[in-house]
Amino acid sequence: MRAQFVASEVGNGLKRNLTMTLAVIITVAVSLTLFGVSLLVRSQVDTMKDFWYDKVEVSIFLCAKGSDTPSCVGGEVTRAQRDQIRADLESLRPLVSEIYYESRTEAFARFQEQFANSPIVDSVSENALPESFRVKLSDPTQYDVVASAFAGRPGIEQVNDQRQVLDKFFRLLGGLQAVALIIAIVMLVVTVLLIVNTMRVAAFSRRRETGIMRLVGASNLYIQLPFLLEAAVSAGIGALLAVGGLVLAKSIVIDQVLAPSFQFTAFVGWDAVFAIAPLLLIVGIGLSGIAAFFTLRKYLRV
Amino acid sequence: MILFDSVTKLYPNQARPALEDASLEIEKGEFVFLVGPSGSGKSTFLRLVLREERPTSGNVWVLGKDLMRLSNWKIPALRREIGTVFQDFRLLPNKTVFENVAFALEVIGKPKSHIRKVVPEVLEVVGLEGKEDRRPDELSGGEQQRVAIARAFVNRPKLLIADEPTGNLDPGTSVGIMKLLDRINRLGTTVVMSTHDAQIVDQMRRRVIELEHGHVVRDQSRGVYGYAR
Ligand SMILES: Nc1ncnc2c1ncn2[C@@H]1O[C@H](COP(=O)(O)OP(=O)(O)OP(=O)(O)O)[C@@H](O)[C@H]1O
Ligand SMILES: [Mg+2]
Repeated sequence: MRAQFVASEVGNGLKRNLTMTLAVIITVAVSLTLFGVSLLVRSQVDTMKDFWYDKVEVSIFLCAKGSDTPSCVGGEVTRAQRDQIRADLESLRPLVSEIYYESRTEAFARFQEQFANSPIVDSVSENALPESFRVKLSDPTQYDVVASAFAGRPGIEQVNDQRQVLDKFFRLLGGLQAVALIIAIVMLVVTVLLIVNTMRVAAFSRRRETGIMRLVGASNLYIQLPFLLEAAVSAGIGALLAVGGLVLAKSIVIDQVLAPSFQFTAFVGWDAVFAIAPLLLIVGIGLSGIAAFFTLRKYLRV
Repeated sequence: MILFDSVTKLYPNQARPALEDASLEIEKGEFVFLVGPSGSGKSTFLRLVLREERPTSGNVWVLGKDLMRLSNWKIPALRREIGTVFQDFRLLPNKTVFENVAFALEVIGKPKSHIRKVVPEVLEVVGLEGKEDRRPDELSGGEQQRVAIARAFVNRPKLLIADEPTGNLDPGTSVGIMKLLDRINRLGTTVVMSTHDAQIVDQMRRRVIELEHGHVVRDQSRGVYGYAR
């Protein structure tokens, strides 16, 4: 097989079909960028879960004076109740990994710190904030065990799981990711159809050459290879553009826009981008190669 | 060289077979005319030899190969041993004479040095020396057909198939093409050509196989075009 001959055939083919080639490159680039973004969002969710699930706690708020939940009819939590709760929490080890008691004074101090520059500080008195137990779980998914043991007990106003709030947020991100993935898949299907059509046009516009090739006994591989390489080259260019798009998304959108404004959370690192990039190339080149192969089998038969 | 054993070819969705129960043998070194009215099955016969079509029933042997048993990936190897020439020349308009002939060698992976050696040789055989750099539209019909013959002959095939090679040429030019095909035949290549040209067949006095409605109705060594049963 003469590489030079095949290479010049591929080059000529790409030039001859410039508009179609561009269309393939653009659809491949757009669909793979979307595909890459959806994968990036997924690993962002994973990164945030790792980051936050480590930090989330279950808060057990104790009854204060004047609480009106049914479990607080006895008024402010008594010392005996508080000691009993602490003992029960201790008995839940090792599921319960850390127990921290926050008094009203501490709660107030923390509140003041958090809202230091806000006028709301002045309108809240020290007694308005309840005392609480802050509990860390070795397995945050086992929240229900704690909730069922403590919720509704006399002296406890409320059991609150931060994880549930986070989960709502993660579900939102997951939904976004699913939408991006669906659009990406639809776009990939469109891309495949476009490649099939491009190959059909290319095979038709070169039917003279391929007809002669068949007559003089060129092998199927030799006849089809220029077409296959053409499809692979344009898909490869598209995939590289998509990788470029992903790199831009990481270095500009994430590193320069999101990360500075949301410093309290972690963002995906470059390792995620490097893991996705080869996948985009494989999916892009693989899909176009398969689409081209099956189209050519139909239109360039011996 | 070629053996047809009660071959029938029925194209899909056609009421009558294009070739029916045809049996014949063509020996190495022969020059054979295939004649018959339009639609009698001449091109079909040639396409079966090239394995562009498969018979509906019967057996075709070409160059010692049973085409019914020949797997698809072996077809190119078969075609490399058969040269083909058509009425419409089938040249590439944007390639020169040299490049058109070289193309046939490039696509079967022949090295450049080989191409540079054999293409001028074959162009000399067909009488096109000095016209290597012309494009097909700068050539007469006869010259274009010579390019096609050069391309068909450049690999020195054992068998040359020609489907109405003079169909687009005037009588004078046709004679030149026939002399060339005769020369190729004398160089040892078996030639099978279909034609409507009575004058040529009558002049050459070679074997004539006549088809009618897909049947072999005459097979004469040193025959004439005219039908004389
Ligand atoms: N691809 C095809 N599909 C269906 N029918 C076909 C096909 N090719 C040929 N035929 C039919 O087969 C019959 C024989 O055709 P063929 O081309 O072999 O005739 P021919 O002798 O070469 O005619 P001509 O002298 O006009 O070239 C005709 O009736 C034709 O209509
Ligand atoms: Mg015909």
